[in-house]
Amino acid sequence: MADDLDRRLVLATQGGLPLVPRPYAAIAEQLGCSEAEVRERLGRMLASGVIRRIGAVPNHYAIGYTANGMSVWDVRDDVVDALGERVGALPFVTHCYRRPRALPDWPYNLFAMVHGASRDEVLAHVAEIRAILHGGCRSHDVLFSSRILKKTGLRIGG
Amino acid sequence: MPERSVPVPLDELDRRIIDTLQGGFPLVEAPYRAVAESLGLDEAELLARLDRMLSERVLTRFGPMFQVERMGGRFVLAALAVPEDRYEAVATLVNALPEVAHNYRREHAMNMWFVLATETAEGIDRAIARIERETGLVVRAFPKEREYFVDMRLQVRGGRHG
Repeated sequence: MADDLDRRLVLATQGGLPLVPRPYAAIAEQLGCSEAEVRERLGRMLASGVIRRIGAVPNHYAIGYTANGMSVWDVRDDVVDALGERVGALPFVTHCYRRPRALPDWPYNLFAMVHGASRDEVLAHVAEIRAILHGGCRSHDVLFSSRILKKTGLRIGG
Repeated sequence: MPERSVPVPLDELDRRIIDTLQGGFPLVEAPYRAVAESLGLDEAELLARLDRMLSERVLTRFGPMFQVERMGGRFVLAALAVPEDRYEAVATLVNALPEVAHNYRREHAMNMWFVLATETAEGIDRAIARIERETGLVVRAFPKEREYFVDMRLQVRGGRHG
């Protein structure tokens, strides 16, 4: 982590921005620095990628994506990165990662999170991914989510 | 608070607010006013709507989304195969760890999938050890080796069901 003020800024904002007309001034007051400093530091974190984006994080279920399937694929190592980029670019995929296999019972190395308004829609999306992976894929599975047990996002310690 | 698992009725303005605000919140002195103006409403109404959607858990959060790895931290997907008769008790134990950023029940022999987010690599090891000790189950960790580009924003589904 950069410096102490950055760290305190993360702590002050990871739960959300205050819903007041001047939220950065409210944070600045809490941290004992200037409002301009807060905005400047947040801007720097955005530019460097420490902050992905600033905005609303919707509950997928609440905005109509009631079906969520973690699709997992066993993709040949020599093509997984090229294919992973294409799968990640699909509009219904919100996360796409290469992860280690855990053989013998977990042969899957590509994970793509697929969202839809129904399980059938998710399965149709999975079929689209299957077509993109084509001969590069040996097997796959879809793990549907049946319940959100927790969703708080990142929380670093105080 | 229990997480929502059904769609919430949202009107046209709610949908526009969510779709507009999934990123790009401005770093200006009065950012809500700037956004409200671009949506053609007043600041107080935007704030009231955000407040309502947060309390109804339509939005899980409003603010910066941090990439913990860029701060030296770690983000690791992990899974447990939990016996059904212990499912609720294990969920309570796992969710109690502040390192658990989210947790989903999934239909598979490995039926609990959660993400651990910590400030250090050792923090992940400690959290896994603690979950294994408290549950008596083996944690399977799937650290990311590579992230492919994604746009995480999802458009609010149309129609009156939101």
